[in-house]
Amino acid sequence: MAKFQSLKDAVAENLRDGDTVAFEGFTHLIPHAAAHEAIRQGRRDLTLIRMTPDIIYDQMIGMGLAKTVIFSYAGNPGVGLLRRMRDAIENEWPRAIETVEHSHAAMANAYEAGAAGLPCAVFRGYRGAGLKDVNPAIKSVTCPFTGEELAAVPAHRPDVSFIHAQKANRRGDVLVEGIVGVQKEALLAAKRAVVTVEEIVEDFDDLHPNLCVLPHWTVTAIAHVPGGAHPSYTHGYYPRDNAAYLEWDKISADRDLFTTWMKANVLDVSPEVFASRVEAL
Amino acid sequence: MMPFTPTEMMTIAASRALSNDDVCFVGIGAPSAACNVARLTHAPDITLIYESGTIGTAPEVLPLSIGDGELCETAVTTVSVPEMFRYWLQGGRISVGFLGAAQLDRFGNINTTVIGPYDKPKVRLPGGGGAPEIATSCKEIFITMKQATRGMVETIDFFTSFGHGEGGDHRQRLGITTKGPTLLITDLALWRPDPQTKEFTVVSMHPGVTRENVQDTCGWKVRFADGVEETPAPTELELTTLRDLQARTQRAHGGKKGN
Repeated sequence: MAKFQSLKDAVAENLRDGDTVAFEGFTHLIPHAAAHEAIRQGRRDLTLIRMTPDIIYDQMIGMGLAKTVIFSYAGNPGVGLLRRMRDAIENEWPRAIETVEHSHAAMANAYEAGAAGLPCAVFRGYRGAGLKDVNPAIKSVTCPFTGEELAAVPAHRPDVSFIHAQKANRRGDVLVEGIVGVQKEALLAAKRAVVTVEEIVEDFDDLHPNLCVLPHWTVTAIAHVPGGAHPSYTHGYYPRDNAAYLEWDKISADRDLFTTWMKANVLDVSPEVFASRVEAL
Repeated sequence: MMPFTPTEMMTIAASRALSNDDVCFVGIGAPSAACNVARLTHAPDITLIYESGTIGTAPEVLPLSIGDGELCETAVTTVSVPEMFRYWLQGGRISVGFLGAAQLDRFGNINTTVIGPYDKPKVRLPGGGGAPEIATSCKEIFITMKQATRGMVETIDFFTSFGHGEGGDHRQRLGITTKGPTLLITDLALWRPDPQTKEFTVVSMHPGVTRENVQDTCGWKVRFADGVEETPAPTELELTTLRDLQARTQRAHGGKKGN
């Protein structure tokens, strides 16, 4: 049953050291505010799952929260490489991390299998691909009906998933629209689900009947954090702050600059700053 | 003839390879520019699909990422990412997959994962994203990249996505039924795989380009087809369409930043 609480309390109650956690969002609706709260609370030894680990995982890895990263594309979208993640992989700074690498198809299928309560996902993939040789979690099964060899990967079953969404109603039902990504699957695959929202409205009575709504009983906690996806965007609320993504390339290129930036913009602030960050957009 | 740059020639040559009937899975960067030039010139009804789930999108400016809001706003429909990869890509509904590459070999195998050994990489690149399955599920694959000896190499460091493997019938031997790479568009030339060996062979060179230019910027011994053609120079319409698109994109992305 969805519990309305502050982001600080929602993170404190649902994210523990050593957890396997997904902060999902596919360019759109990336839960930046929730990730920053996890950084402020200093969680450790996390296994981070994400199709497209971008700035927030770069920040979490650079601040030493991550033990393992399970991913399929580690880049700053449209800009370049993830410099903090590279520094951890190439130079073990600030600590060594383990990487478990998949393709997008495998990750999407693994979330869907998790949401469906299956132990693994089966799909036509990885043919001729080198990842099969370096990731022991990629296996194959033979179709019992046709004999076709198909790829199999374990289902994702995060301890907790964090997503950002447009709206919740007073009951705690959650609306996601626009590029919906893999958030519904990530949330339903997880043991606990925390959602930050732009807005809390009375009810969803006037909505189109087929919109993506996650019923309140699938959500553990909801925190009202306007602007909580910035510099990602929320369809219908504010656009993507492309300049901030470009700027991150410079900030993340230098360890000292990164550390100073994180102190000023993450450690020393609270979730309320996100609303002001999107005002000028 | 209007003067043009090699990169403009590459983008326009790539756009010409697409037709109105294509359903195209679009990668970010050069593929995205080429696909949108095609849509804005000779292929207005082409279906462009970005892996964020947007189907039949028609952006006014080039997206910075595969999930920009305008892709969704202008799309016929937007589906979830699992649905995109299962029903649309794996389901065999995409005619052309358009990929870029950090490293490419003569058989169209692509590396975007690591430079150096996987366990101790010299450079950790972003990884495959959708490419491993795009490369085998789309009916055919177009590849576009600028020529350089560090990019077009004898042996790639990692098989992110499979082209023609060791050449010949390697795809069939792995049970892959799609065509794989059928066209490579660079800033200097158009290449097509040899029907038997599947090695990329230069079939057309862009205006002013010499065989030496092509060889000097390629890490393997280049094969030229009998009767190499000259790629027609960009038309005024193609060039102004591309430049207008890039100017709109520049204005849209160079804008204000949040606090």
